Amino acid sequence: MSEKKQVSAKNIINETDTKLRNEYFNQYVKDVTPKNSIPKNTAKAFLVGGIICVIGQAFTNYYIYMGADEDTGKLYTTITLVFLAILLTGVGLYQKIAKFGGAGTLVPITGFANSMAAPAVEYKKEGQVFGIGCKIFTIAGPVILYGIFCSWVLGIIYYLLKLLGVV
Amino acid sequence: MDYLIAFLVGGAICAVVQILLDNTKLMPGRVMVILVCTGSVLGALGLYEPFAKWAGAGASVPLTGFGNVLFKGMKEAIDKEGFIGLFKGGFTASAVGISSALIFAYIASWFFNSKMKS
Repeated sequence: MSEKKQVSAKNIINETDTKLRNEYFNQYVKDVTPKNSIPKNTAKAFLVGGIICVIGQAFTNYYIYMGADEDTGKLYTTITLVFLAILLTGVGLYQKIAKFGGAGTLVPITGFANSMAAPAVEYKKEGQVFGIGCKIFTIAGPVILYGIFCSWVLGIIYYLLKLLGVV
Repeated sequence: MDYLIAFLVGGAICAVVQILLDNTKLMPGRVMVILVCTGSVLGALGLYEPFAKWAGAGASVPLTGFGNVLFKGMKEAIDKEGFIGLFKGGFTASAVGISSALIFAYIASWFFNSKMKS
């Protein structure tokens, strides 16, 4: 940070002092490496994630309006969002949105759906069982495993507390 | 109004995760596992349900909501069936999300081809 001088590749090549040359080189690498703008990424994730949730809210409201109770409405919303996410994954659009939205497309349930659909399409050529069958669980498998296990542990705690009459 | 809250809450959760992704070496798969587990822990502590009532889809669409539903199903199953509920509740609650994703993803593999072709 001591010198704010713009370093070019020429500077590095022409520099005879090794120590200074190394310094220039490091500066050059730092300048050339694309900067990951964290505030910008965060804003994009906020926007995309927020929009997906608004779409979810719209479907939930619609299903409740159509006569479903709240829990059922949310389940129908899940199915709808999963379906749409997989459709978008199939036509290659979800990946583009994900490139822009980052965590905004990963955090909603649509990200979970995408993590199944993308490898299913991708590894189709490797066969029904070892291609699609295995690869579909690459990311979803751990999520299911730890989700089930975690809720099981919490369930045991709840069960014991219930036996003891605490809850 | 519920749309605004859903947008702000859902967006905020995604923004927090984005900051996590940018500042740590966490991979997306791990983040998803963390989100689901966080959701079910918050659900077990009784914190997620009131939050979800207020935030609507902003709380139910992110994977933390999926985790919350997992514990909710677990609790219902234990209340109803006792010990055996421990081995039923999780899958019952997550059945819709997991089944729909599996089924649609598999069907998608019939119709779509990889975009990575040279």
